[in-house]
Order: sequence, then structure tokens, then C-alpha cells
Amino acid sequence: MISAFFIFNQKGEVLISRLYRTDFKRSIADVFRIQVVSNSEVRSPIITLGSTSFFHVRVNNLYVVAVTKTNANAALVFEFCYRFINICKSYFGKIDEESIKNNFVLIYELIDEINDFGYPQNSEIDTLKSYITTESVVSAIAAEESSKITAQATGATNWRRGDVKYKKNEAFVDVIELVNLSMSAKGTVLRADVDGHIQMRAYLSGTPECKFGLNDKLVIDKSEKGISDAVELDDCQFHQCVRLTDFDVDRSISFVPPDGEFELMKYRSTSNIKLPLRIIPTVTEIGTTKVSYDITVKTNFNAKLSATNVVLRIPTPLNTVNVDCQAASGKAKYVPAENVVVWKIPRLQGGQECTLSGMAELTSTTTRQVWTRPPIDVDFQVLMFTASGLIVRFLKVYEKSSYNSIKWVRYLTKASGTYQIRF
Amino acid sequence: MSVRGPRKGENYELSVDLNSEYRDKRKDAIKRTIASMTVGKDVSGLFPDVLKNMQTDDLEQKKLVYLYLMNYAKTQPELVILAVNTFVKDTDDPNPLVRALAIRTMGILRAEKIIDYLCDPLQKCLRDENPYVRKTAALCVAKLYDLKPELVIENGFLEQLHEMIGDSNPMVVANTVAALSDIHASATTASTSDQDPAVFVISAGTLSKLLVALNECSEWGRVAILSALARYEAQDDKESEHICERVVPQFQHANGSVVLAAVKVIMIHMRGVRREELVKQLVRKMAPPLVTLLSSPPEVQWVALRNVNLLLQKRPDILQNEMRVFFCKYNDPLYVKVEKLDIMVRLAGENNVDALLSELKEYASEVDVDFVRKSIKAIGQTAVKIDGAAERCVNVLLDLIATRVSYVVQEAVVVMKDIFRKYPSTYEGIIPTLCSNLDELDEPEAKASLIWIIGEYASKIDNADELLGIFVDTFTEESYPVQLQTLTAVVKLFLKKPDSSQGIVQKVLNTATKECDSPDVRDRAYIYWRLLSTDPGAAKSVILTPRPLISVPRTTVSAGLLEQLLGEIGSLASAYHKPSETFVGRGRVGVDKVKSVGAEADERSSAQKALQTVAAGQQSENLLDFDDAPATDGQPSGLAATQFSQTPAAASILSGTSSNPLDDLVSIFGAQSTPQQAPSAAGPAFGNLGGLDFGMSPSPAGVTSPSVGVMSPAAPQAQNQQNQQDDLLGLF
Repeated sequence: MISAFFIFNQKGEVLISRLYRTDFKRSIADVFRIQVVSNSEVRSPIITLGSTSFFHVRVNNLYVVAVTKTNANAALVFEFCYRFINICKSYFGKIDEESIKNNFVLIYELIDEINDFGYPQNSEIDTLKSYITTESVVSAIAAEESSKITAQATGATNWRRGDVKYKKNEAFVDVIELVNLSMSAKGTVLRADVDGHIQMRAYLSGTPECKFGLNDKLVIDKSEKGISDAVELDDCQFHQCVRLTDFDVDRSISFVPPDGEFELMKYRSTSNIKLPLRIIPTVTEIGTTKVSYDITVKTNFNAKLSATNVVLRIPTPLNTVNVDCQAASGKAKYVPAENVVVWKIPRLQGGQECTLSGMAELTSTTTRQVWTRPPIDVDFQVLMFTASGLIVRFLKVYEKSSYNSIKWVRYLTKASGTYQIRF
Repeated sequence: MSVRGPRKGENYELSVDLNSEYRDKRKDAIKRTIASMTVGKDVSGLFPDVLKNMQTDDLEQKKLVYLYLMNYAKTQPELVILAVNTFVKDTDDPNPLVRALAIRTMGILRAEKIIDYLCDPLQKCLRDENPYVRKTAALCVAKLYDLKPELVIENGFLEQLHEMIGDSNPMVVANTVAALSDIHASATTASTSDQDPAVFVISAGTLSKLLVALNECSEWGRVAILSALARYEAQDDKESEHICERVVPQFQHANGSVVLAAVKVIMIHMRGVRREELVKQLVRKMAPPLVTLLSSPPEVQWVALRNVNLLLQKRPDILQNEMRVFFCKYNDPLYVKVEKLDIMVRLAGENNVDALLSELKEYASEVDVDFVRKSIKAIGQTAVKIDGAAERCVNVLLDLIATRVSYVVQEAVVVMKDIFRKYPSTYEGIIPTLCSNLDELDEPEAKASLIWIIGEYASKIDNADELLGIFVDTFTEESYPVQLQTLTAVVKLFLKKPDSSQGIVQKVLNTATKECDSPDVRDRAYIYWRLLSTDPGAAKSVILTPRPLISVPRTTVSAGLLEQLLGEIGSLASAYHKPSETFVGRGRVGVDKVKSVGAEADERSSAQKALQTVAAGQQSENLLDFDDAPATDGQPSGLAATQFSQTPAAASILSGTSSNPLDDLVSIFGAQSTPQQAPSAAGPAFGNLGGLDFGMSPSPAGVTSPSVGVMSPAAPQAQNQQNQQDDLLGLF
């Protein structure tokens, strides 16, 4: 299990060090610094030196490191590191050297709470926030209050307190889809799939029992025949509040939600993906000194909707001097540091299309290394659109006091770094 | 009291502040002390001052003081005793958080003096009405066992833990299981007797309690419980089925480690399931969650990919139609890309080979040299694996050679040689293209490959003697693998075209026997020389004999080891594809131990194997009587090994194939060790070298990476292809 936990900065200085077990000395941190931080050759996330294994995750120039001497559960260790990162983000808004340094006392408190003797413990952010707080003075919480907290931290529904009360009972559901696309130079789709997340913000009193329904093909085929817009989900994964056995039996999603924001489920869909944007690139190398670009973006959704924050990153050869480009809408600029032309289109209405044409000038080089042509990367957001076609059909809330609740559903399809078109 | 520092400096200021009359100032001073401690400054001198601040209502301050104590208790054992009172008092505090905190901290202090005071409060906390305290106390037993096992046994804590498995609170159950497993692990490594009370045997009664708790506890608790379930030995197939059915819903958990732990349990208990359709159903349900793991962060993805690789070796049908999800993204880290490549080749079949090839061709034009090389290797593997696609693969390789990027060409040449090994005399048309790139080659492997091709097809290449002459002229400057290949190729040339190459063969034999420092090269030269001078006919049948065709191995680890690793899915061992004994434990593992692991794992199969080899050896001896054939083959088998070790992209495949025949040798002669290559993604380079020349001298089949130093048990599996080689090697 995890014997020690460290956070290093870019230079390899120790920001946080916590030994959970005694099979290491503090000096093990130096070993990591020498072997990993200052060794550019290292490319594997796990390094084993002798019988000591270092698991590291890099985030914003920090190294989050877990060390073990046993045949530890590698998946668990990495999941734990990422959970820690998420907790920090939730507590401090970001995770970087500055926020770690400013909050080290709190971090020590946290890492002692979420891990005991190398075994991860309760790491539900909501629960943690109820008794590990950023306000510095927590003058001895009343014993009664603590009992409630501990009951929540260990209870069968350790994600929820029993005494939540709201005037207005509301639940917000956000369906967020991340589209992965790789398209070949010939325009055939090599891979298109959707990683979906359903975020929920529940502000509901008492201990509500929720039932959640999607247009999941497997459910709909069984109950109502004839509805054609059902979506085939390849895989679903749920927050721990969802009763997995119920899902296994009849694919119903029932749960007692945590109070506040949480990720209800993740899903994956690969069939019938509607690609919101279509990119048609024509890039030709004219001799050895020029490359001409002609890039068209077409929208592929209802005219009432629009794509926002569209950013195309169009790679240019390494020896580019300057790119002269004209875009019909939005702004295009050559960024020499990254060897890309960044084309930003703030808003693109459904049915619209726009084109960028440009010419890159190259310096002559002695090497005859061919240009590797990295793919064009597209980022965008489309509100009220799901690439998979997923729709929330119902969200039912049952509670003893049978109050009325208001539910809101939002859909968002986006891409960031995953929508790639080769040319 | 300890010696106080000088009355100035940082520590002195801290000490003043720690004794301040103002609460805020004291607390601030504690924080600064902890900050100094973190960056590695020695603040142990402040021990008594910090200790004074322990008695407080402020929970945060208490935690800070405890944190300090944990760090320095060991260095100041005589002072820790002062803290005991507060600890014991805290375990009676009305606030459960304080009680838990006290018991948690006492367990880690690791000072003999504290330990004696720990037992009574621990006893009390194990029975605490608050589950939060109980779950903390459960782990504290494991801490105590780590420090002083006899105390745990004397006080009956183990019995108490066993009772707590039935606790009403699932979190308590999970931590109890974690504690018992922890104790079990340290007890089994320390002693060998089964009678040790610390051994955690999971009974049928425990099983049902665990299955109940599984659905209710936190994600980490689920992993602990699933790991315990993995150790349970089912009584009959009904029970195995029951366990599988109860564990399957966990595939839908959002936490990747829970999913992998569930896969592990299913893989273990599926062995006991007899109903075919249930097995099919389980395998079908396993696929989607495994694919989903690919959208996790890269590190988790990597662990998942390594495990998927293992699973595919056992059940190649799991992800049959999912190859596209393994296509590399441009911005994937290299270690992820390399694993994806390996899996893509595993999943390749007639139906998806076109998509795969165009993808691999795309990768071959990327920037990262390592990745490009591995992609080209993957093309070669695909060609060897799928007969129908070989021609398409060759065309892709020709396209790549046309780019004239040095490392691409070299790798393509190496790969082409493998294709010739699999499909002899099929693609001779491209030999001129390969030869025209002769000047480009500067890596030994590429050179050796091209020389081998020239030698093999010497009769069809008009200027073979000229081409080989280039290498003969620089013979002594070349690396040994190139020398060996040059030697063999020239002799082949001589046997095929005796008239035109008399001079060159004389020259190379002369140089090799007189000026070369490698015994391998020298010995081989002598063998050829004597063969040629005594009986050219025999030489012909020895040197020009057809070699067995190569194939891509289905598994990279032995069958026994594979089963063992599948039982440890998600762990470090399964990520490395190495048994855990090789990288944990006290320093280096004894070779005997490593061997015994392999032997235990598939004792029967290796016994059988040995018998086979002996039988085969006898056969070969018979052959020896009427023909020189075995010696014939003995020589190419050195070659064969060269080819093999160069073929597969991934490090694991390398070791798997090339070391197998040797392993057999080792087991027959009772030799001691078979070091294998490094497990890291950067490893393959090491593996290559080792495999190259073992045919001639039974040197270790791999080079141990200096940083990792991993040993591996050698338990080879039966494969037709290997069998042939084993037979030959049996002679040595």
C-alpha cells in the first residue's frame, strides 16, 4: 500500500511530505528527485528502483508522488493521486505550487484524513468539507455535531447528511459530452465517440429517493416499442450513490443523491455520433517555400443552435516564417511559438459555414526532413446539443414529505484537444 | 530535557513563540515549525515546546501537534512519554473525531514506551459506539502488529477483528478487511507456518458478510473487499458462480481501481464456473468497462492497458471488435501509445487490418523516433501474424522506405527481414530497393538484417559479392552481430556461387579467425572453415537448410505466470508483467525462490516440457547418426534467435520468445538464472542485445537494466514454433 506521499515542485523541492508507514526514511524524496525529476529520460509513470516503486502524476508543474514497497494496487494508487488533485481543486480552486504552499496545513490535514496507514479512506469532497474547513479556527466542534459528521463519513449513505433543508427544492442536471474524433486525411472517420458526464446539483430536502431515466436503447426497447431516437450506450459508470445491483438487473438508475454538486454518471457511446462541426482542410505544399491553406468549417446542427468558442489550431511547418491568412469570420493569428495558426470564431450559427485561406512562407532548410503534419485540433462548445443524441427523459424525486421539486436540464457538447482532423 | 540551542536563530524564535502567552501566536508558531519540518530543516529541538501545545480545544492545532509528534517521536522517545497522558485522555473525549485522531496518531508514533499504553485505549476504541472510531481503531491494530506482533496476539485483537467483519457499518468492515489482509501479508512473508494465527483465512461465513458489505461501502473499501474476495477459494462451481454474479455490478463503478479489482475477482472465480454461457456473459460484460478506462487520465490508462494486454493473452476474444478505440491520439503520452500499439497488433485480424495499416503508416510519420520505430515494428508483426495482409504490409513498408528518413528506413529493413523469414522467396522483387539503401544504414541491427537478406538470396542478387565485400572490408570495425551475419552470408554466397566468391570467403574466414576478438565469431568461423574443407556437401545441407517459419507469439509470459498475474490484475506486478517477487521484498530475490515460483505455477507443464525436450534430444541424436543435419540446424538456430529477438516491438514479446528456448536449456542443466529485460517502456533496447547471440553461447537471454534489476522465472509454454527450436537446443 501507499507508504509515503509527496508533492514536488518543478525543481524537485519537496512541498509536502507525509510518511504513512515506516519502511522509508524521509530521504527517499531525494531519490525521486535525482532519478525522476532531474532525469529527462523517464517516460513511464511508475519507476521501480530496487524494491521501491514511485508512482507519479504531473499536474501544473507539480509532481504528486506516491511511494510503495509492496506489490501495490497500481490502479488504486493512481486513482488516489487524482482524487487528491480533485480535492485540492475543489478546496483551493486550482492546484499549483502557490496554492499548495499557502495551504500546506490544510493539505496535511486532508491527506491524513483521506489516507490512514497507506489505505485510502473516505474521500468524498462534500463530506470532507463538512469537517475540514479553510477557516482556520474551528474551536472544538460540539461533540454532537461531530457525531453527525462521523456518521456521515462512515454511514451507508456516507455522501449525505439526513437533516438537509431547502426552501425551494431544485435539481439541476447538466449533460456534458466530450466528443473524441480522429478523421483521416481522406475525410473518413477513424474514430468517433463520446465521453459523457452527467453532473447534478441537487438542492433537495430530507433524504430524497431519485429515479433517473435516459433514452437508453436497452431500456426503451424493452418497455415502449417504436421510439426510434433511442441511444445505444456502450458503457455506464455511476457515482457510488447509485445502486449498481438495480442497474445490473433492469438498467434503472436509482439513488439517494449527495447534497450539492456531484457527478452522477459517466457514459460512453460510439454509435451514431453526430459530429457538430465538419472541417474540410485543403493544405498544399507549393515547392519548398510555401504552403497554402484553405480550411472550411461547416456546422452540422439545427439553425437555432450555435457553436461558441470555436478555436482551430492549424499546424504549420517548423520552418515557417510568417503566415498570411484571411478568415471570413473570427480572427486568425499565427503563433510562432507553437507552430500553429490559431483561428478563433466566437460564434457560429447552425447551418453556417466559414472559410480561412492563408499562405505560409517557409525558410529554406538544409535538412530534407519531411513535415510530419500533425492533425488540426478543434475546440468548441455547443449548448443544448448532444452528439450522442442522449436525452434525459425523466428525473423523479420521492421524499417522505412529498414536496414538489423543480428540475432543470442542460445539454452541452464540447471538444477540447480531442477533436482531431488529419490533413 | 534536551540540550537547548543557542539563544538566537530561527529555532530560538520559534521556541519563544511556542511558549507565548497568546494563543494565536502559539498556533502560528506551530505552523511555521511544521513548514520548516516539511522542507527538511531539523526542528526536533523544539519537541518539548511543541508538546506543551498539545492540550487544546482547537482541533486543527491538535492535528498539527500530532503531525509534529509523528515525525519526531522516534528521535525523542524519552520525551514522547510526556504526551501519553494527553493521548489516553483524548481517547475518552466525547467528540468522536478527537477519539479517532488520538488512536490514529498513537498507532504511528512507533515508540516502545507509547506502545505499552496503546493496548487499553485500543481495546476500548475497537468497541466504540461510533463507527468512525471503530474503523480507525481497526487499522490501528495493523499498525500495532507491524510494530509488535506479540502484543496483538496476546491482547486478542485478532479475534476481535474477525468479529468486526460482521460489523453493521460497511466502512468498518472494509477497514477491518484491509487490516487483516495487511497483517496476513506481513505474517506470511515473515513465517512459513500455516498455523500462524495472523493468517487471514476467508471462510464461507466471512464470504457472505463481505459480499453484503461490498455493495454499501466506499470505493476504496470496495477495492479492499474485492482483494479479499480474490483470495477466497470457492468450494464448488455454484459458489464461484454466486461470487461472479455478485461482483459483476461493480464493473459499472466510476472508480477505475474498483473496476479492475472486480475484473480480477471475476477472472479468478471464473475458473470455477462450469456453465459456458455464464462465462461468455461475464466476458461480454467485461469489455465495455475496460474500454471506458481508456478515457481516464493517462496513468490510469496505462495501468489499464497493461492489464488489457494480459487479459487478451488469456482471452483474445474479449475486445474483438474494439480495435478502433485503441488508435493513438496525437497527444497521448508515449507510454500509452506504445501499449496501444501492442494491443492493436493483438487485435488485428483479416477484417480490420486495412484500418490498422493506414493508422500505423500515419504513426510512422510522427515526430517521436521511438514511437515511429515501434509503429514500423508493428507493421512487421501484422505481416507475420496475418498471411493475407502481408503484401499490403510490404507495400506500406516500401512507401516508408521511399521517405528516405534514416531511422525509418533502417527499421523497415529490420522488419523486412522478418517478413522474409515468414514468407521465404515471396517478395524478392523488393530486394533491389533494400540494397539501394545500403549506405544509409548505420545501426548494427539494420545492417545485420540486410546482410542476412543478401546472404539468403545471394543466388538471385547479381552483385551480392560486391555488396558483401563492403562489409568484409570493414569486418573488424563492425559490431559482433554484424560480423556474425557477414560471416554466415559470405559462406552462403560461396555455397551458392562457388566460382565467383572463392576469394571473399577466404578473406572473411581469415579475418574472423585471426583478427576478431569475439569467441562467438571466431568459433563460428572455425566451424564453417572445417565444414567447408572436409565436406562441402555437408556444409551445404548445414548452412543452406530451410529454417522454421517465425510467428508472433500469442503470449508474452508463461502460462503459469499468466494465471498468477491475472489473479493480481490492477497491481504493480500485472502492470509490469512480472511476478511480484522480482521487485518487492528484501533486496534481491534468491534465484531459487524465483525459480520455485515459476515451477509451482506450472509444475506439471514444465515437467512435461522437460520430458518432451529430452525425447526430442534423442530424436536429434538419431538424426546425427546418418546426417549432419542437427548440427546444421544448430547453427541457424543462433540465427533464428537473432531474428526472433528483433521481431516484436514490445519489450515483453522480446523476452517471451527469445528466452524461451534458453529457459528450457536452463531448466535441463539446472542452471541458475535467467535475467530478463527491464519492465519499463524504455526497456526494449536492452532486450534486443541479449537475445542476439545466445545460439552460440548460452549467455543470459537479456540484459538486466541497471536501475531495475528484475528477475523473472522461466516457465516456458508449449508452442509449435518453439518446440522445434527447443529440440535443436536440446543438443547443446
